[in-house]
Amino acid sequence: MMNLDNLYREIIMEHYKNPRNKGLLDDERYHKIRIKNPSCGDDITIQTLVEDDIIKDCRQEATGCSISVASASVLTEIMIGKPVEEALSLAENFLNMVSNKEFNHDMDLEEAEVFSGVKQFPARIKCASIAWVAFKDSLESE
Amino acid sequence: MNEKIFNDFPQLKSGMIYFDTAATSLKPLSVIEAVNHYNKDLSSNINRGMYDKGIETTELYEETRVKIAHFINAKSEEIIFTRGATSSLNLVAYSWGLNNLDKDSEIIISEQEHHSQFLPWQFVSKKTGAKIKFIELDRFGRITVEAFKKTLTSKTKVVAINYVSNVLGYVNPIKEITELAHEVGAIVVIDGAQAVQHLKVDLKNLNIDFFAFSGHKMLGPTGIGVLYGKSSHLKVMQPFEYGGDMNEDVEKDISTWKKAPQKFEAGTMPIGSVIGLGKAVDYIENLGIENIDEYTKKLSWYLCDELLKLEGVTVYNPYSDSGVITYNLNGIPAHDAISYYAEKKIAIRSGQHCAKLIHDFLGIHSSLRATVYLYNTLDEVNTFIEVTKKAIEYFKEIGF
Repeated sequence: MMNLDNLYREIIMEHYKNPRNKGLLDDERYHKIRIKNPSCGDDITIQTLVEDDIIKDCRQEATGCSISVASASVLTEIMIGKPVEEALSLAENFLNMVSNKEFNHDMDLEEAEVFSGVKQFPARIKCASIAWVAFKDSLESE
Repeated sequence: MNEKIFNDFPQLKSGMIYFDTAATSLKPLSVIEAVNHYNKDLSSNINRGMYDKGIETTELYEETRVKIAHFINAKSEEIIFTRGATSSLNLVAYSWGLNNLDKDSEIIISEQEHHSQFLPWQFVSKKTGAKIKFIELDRFGRITVEAFKKTLTSKTKVVAINYVSNVLGYVNPIKEITELAHEVGAIVVIDGAQAVQHLKVDLKNLNIDFFAFSGHKMLGPTGIGVLYGKSSHLKVMQPFEYGGDMNEDVEKDISTWKKAPQKFEAGTMPIGSVIGLGKAVDYIENLGIENIDEYTKKLSWYLCDELLKLEGVTVYNPYSDSGVITYNLNGIPAHDAISYYAEKKIAIRSGQHCAKLIHDFLGIHSSLRATVYLYNTLDEVNTFIEVTKKAIEYFKEIGF
């Protein structure tokens, strides 16, 4: 087994090949943030719809490596239906987990747990993080 | 590669295969020791201290200027030390571009350009209203004299292109382009960052106006680069930075500047790096740049041929004229592929290599780039090919 197997988990590959909530909507009620990583060519857009402090919908459009595309897909699935405050703290916790910082192990990151291996690959932290940073920014632009 | 070269580059002892010279080259011991000698034994400023160490430092600094001038066949007063090619090109854009261009001017550039050449001219274009025009590349991404002629008009004031592309490795026909540009009175600004380590650069013969390169891509330290400028331009150009040591007389109402090149070297320069760069030039000249070029080309062409034999690889520059080969593993994003190489201790580059426009031209988001140089070997290329084969199998197996 290669170390790389800790990165390319089955769930990640599954989301990479079948990304969820893909495609952006032309709807003014959504907040949209696009982040490009000029060093690697990743291009990720996250769209969120918030009503009564609940994330009603979350969409994504991502081109780039498997980790960045899968991470955007997993993000959208987890976030739909969550209260904004909880969503923000989940995102924060995820970002801390992948960048090998202190994080709350008791918080349930659901499927996003599969990205815990990213911390062993410092060069890939950005890939896993982009969608989550865009998501946070989209909520903070409310 | 012989044992001597292997021993000259301490970085090779880690066992890593280093195929990323286009990003930055390895540094030989002679360069490292020269930088250390400055920091450890001299640590004096130049042009200031009237004591032994200050004088020795100034001599070593100026000796490097003479070496560089000889290396690219120019006069030493035409050699300005900068932070790197980026800084050199910005100097030209700010000091020459902003003062000589207006809304009726045209700047000719190409999609091959590294951002260090494209972005300063895009900035100048926005500031002055000058129009940017792109040379139409041929289907392989090459610049041809014919295509250049179609872009050239009586309004052309600047031609800003690279000598060797950092993504495609092509050597551009800059001599012919310069002759044509001069006929309409335009200046020619060449990014030579990927050229000086491979080609004998003869600036008298090329007759270009400005030539920029970095030390760290030609065995030298980081933080040091060169701008060559024709004396006639440097004489009339305004300084880019103001500060210590570039001035002559300073008065409350008006001050005057030293002559070039000192006019463009404000503040304390990276003196140790300059001295180290001198040793890098010595290293290249001792081996002979023609020998280096021949060796590098043989290796990179072999690497390219072997890559082309593999199923599932796209090579974007099979006609590369230098050590740069750019490719992708089909269906595998470059950033995924590179993690495999990294795990196998092979250093290559993935991404856009600070040249997004050429990736747009190729219709891709990112690519892998392997560059070989004088310290690489046939054995390393064979290992690289084996690892590439295994990478393709691995990614296929996990579902790419």
